[in-house]
Amino acid sequence: MVPRNGKNLNVPAPRHRPGEEPEFDDLDIPNAGAIPKPDVMTDPKAMFDYANSMIRVLDMKNKAVGEWDPKMSADDMRRGLTDMLTTRIYDDRMQNMQRVGKMSFYMKSRGEEAVAVAQAMALDDKDMLFPSYRQQGLLISRGRDMLDMMNHCLSNSKDNCKGRQLPIMYTWREGNFFSISGNLGTQFCQAVGWAVASAYKGEEAIASTWIGEGTTAESDFHHGMTFAAVYNAPVILNVVNNQWAISSFQGIAGGEKATFASRGIGYGMPGLRVDGNDFLAVYAATKWAAERARRGGGATMIELFTYRVGGHSTSDDPGKYRPEDESEVWPLGDPIERLKSHLIEIDEWSEQRHEQAIQEITAVVTKKYKEAESYGTLNSGPRPEVSSMFEDVFKEMPDNLRRQRQKLGV
Amino acid sequence: MTKMNMVQAINSAQDVMLEKDPAVVIFGEDVGYFGGVFNCTEGLQKKYGIQRVFDTPIAEGGIIALAIGMGVNEMRPVTEIQFSDYIYPAFDQIVSEASRLRYRSGGEYWAPITIRTPCGGGIRGGQTHSQSPEGIFTHVSGIKTIMPSNPYDAKGLLISAIEDDDPVVFFEPKRLYNGPFAGDPKAPAQSWDAHAKGEVPDGHYRIPIGKAETVREGKDLTIVTYGTMVHVSLAAAERSGFDVEVIDLRTLTPLDIDHIATSVCRTGRCVIVHEATKTGGFGAEILSQIQENCFWKLEAPIERVAGWDIPYPHAFEWEYFPGQGRVMDAIKKVMEG
Repeated sequence: MVPRNGKNLNVPAPRHRPGEEPEFDDLDIPNAGAIPKPDVMTDPKAMFDYANSMIRVLDMKNKAVGEWDPKMSADDMRRGLTDMLTTRIYDDRMQNMQRVGKMSFYMKSRGEEAVAVAQAMALDDKDMLFPSYRQQGLLISRGRDMLDMMNHCLSNSKDNCKGRQLPIMYTWREGNFFSISGNLGTQFCQAVGWAVASAYKGEEAIASTWIGEGTTAESDFHHGMTFAAVYNAPVILNVVNNQWAISSFQGIAGGEKATFASRGIGYGMPGLRVDGNDFLAVYAATKWAAERARRGGGATMIELFTYRVGGHSTSDDPGKYRPEDESEVWPLGDPIERLKSHLIEIDEWSEQRHEQAIQEITAVVTKKYKEAESYGTLNSGPRPEVSSMFEDVFKEMPDNLRRQRQKLGV
Repeated sequence: MTKMNMVQAINSAQDVMLEKDPAVVIFGEDVGYFGGVFNCTEGLQKKYGIQRVFDTPIAEGGIIALAIGMGVNEMRPVTEIQFSDYIYPAFDQIVSEASRLRYRSGGEYWAPITIRTPCGGGIRGGQTHSQSPEGIFTHVSGIKTIMPSNPYDAKGLLISAIEDDDPVVFFEPKRLYNGPFAGDPKAPAQSWDAHAKGEVPDGHYRIPIGKAETVREGKDLTIVTYGTMVHVSLAAAERSGFDVEVIDLRTLTPLDIDHIATSVCRTGRCVIVHEATKTGGFGAEILSQIQENCFWKLEAPIERVAGWDIPYPHAFEWEYFPGQGRVMDAIKKVMEG
């Protein structure tokens, strides 16, 4: 082993690999409520500390504390909780169905449900969402019929992507949810473009986009940040720091050198670092950024500090690159458990109601899945019409595609 | 009708569209106050305001991403990539995003964007200001590629491109901006004033995308070409002593193969001319399609005249550039074997 003396090549490595005992004792996590809430139009130059600390509302006793407490109604919190539960139960069902060969691929969002659900609730329905691939909670929260989501994942006859996209690359125009690319990071600056157009037209709607901490290394991230800053775009630029990009830990994207939120400082925009497993903190920070954007304050960057509990997708085994039980010792806990405990703490929820909710949601998911399968699966069909694969390349089909379709005999 | 050079015609197309459609915005590096390094947007910011014609950061990928996002939000962006040699940082946004958005979203979203970009050599630009990368884009499904050869076509095609609901890469042969160029750098510079296609309507008109034009009729041989090489080919045809037909493709994809095939099946002989490098160039695709459509009518093997398979060399520009001599050699070979 060559000693690290500053001259040797530095290749960052995570603290624990399989077989080692995971611990996060040296993570610097401020107490809930420790950070004041600034006015939404505060000069970014006065907000550097927000990029290096962490906005937290729910304390270790499950109480909501401090200036960032959004004072959500119990009804709204229950809705957030059940939407997170729905997302998780939906994910589990779909992953299981992938395992038995009903679909080609799946990606769960376990552990990150607060990111999508709380942020969807903090935004207006007319705000445009440019998600990455692990924000299915946005769809659940905005009320998309789960059946349509399943139809897409099964690539069946009712798939609104018409069998052209991998499962979970949703698109939902009616719900102002942009088509998920599958190429990483490309949506980041597109969201800025959407927001610039909104500003140009003098409209109220803002855009919000999500990128993983690993993808901040792509040039698209820099483009999004630069263009958002230059044009003062009404956009929220979220970095979901779930610690892992397939098998690469966040240090491979430069996370050991500086927080991801602090990337915002150099572009002259506020960088808020938020406990991503704290539903109330995520909601409050997003509300703050949305109001700032709507009032002409421009873009805010939010780092959502969370943990990817599952594998990257159904195609990798996380046990090969990190300790199996790492998620269990994640010091910021589980977003569903934390909000549930808070609601119980304030006498607005109970274990019994929680169990009942799980049963009801499971029944709905099971029923919807059965119906979705009745419209086909990738393997058994029916799929969308084969001839449709030549459509939508262009608005109007050119002759060469018409001839190729004839050649295929469809 | 007004006498216009190609810069003025391209400027006029954007002027007409800015006037006609409030959803049209123009942006790119130096296109605002300055009016672009080739003056193609000169005066437009002053006329339409800084929010409709504006400068961008130097980030081609960001420019196209911005355009896609604005297009999704009901705008009709016209972008300028300052030189087509600079388009590669935007490659992912063009080929993975703009080109496939309509498809991947099942028709829910699309990118009605125009990407203008000057291309080609002959201006002492060296290997970073002379490239003809059109063949890289003709290979991509979901985008249309255009390269006009004169002011009249440039304006009509650019208006069609801007009004098109699909992404269009619009190549502007910069050697033609100020006048037709037949390939001889020592010859006196020509002006568009004396050229029939330098007469350009002031208002709105379209040249349809996907339609080639026969610019010289002949019985012996068909030259299929586009961009600057249209003028080189016309001059070579005049000097060749043969009765040569010349087709200006104008749009590369979707390719007007029916127009090409009709001509080649009639003449039985064909030369394909482009400035871009030869191997894997668009000429190879044209040749294949002619072979598929006209094989039994061909009297001789098809010849390709193209740039050598090397980067565009600064000091050897005219040895690289496929001039009249090489086109005439190809005509002779196809005619006489």
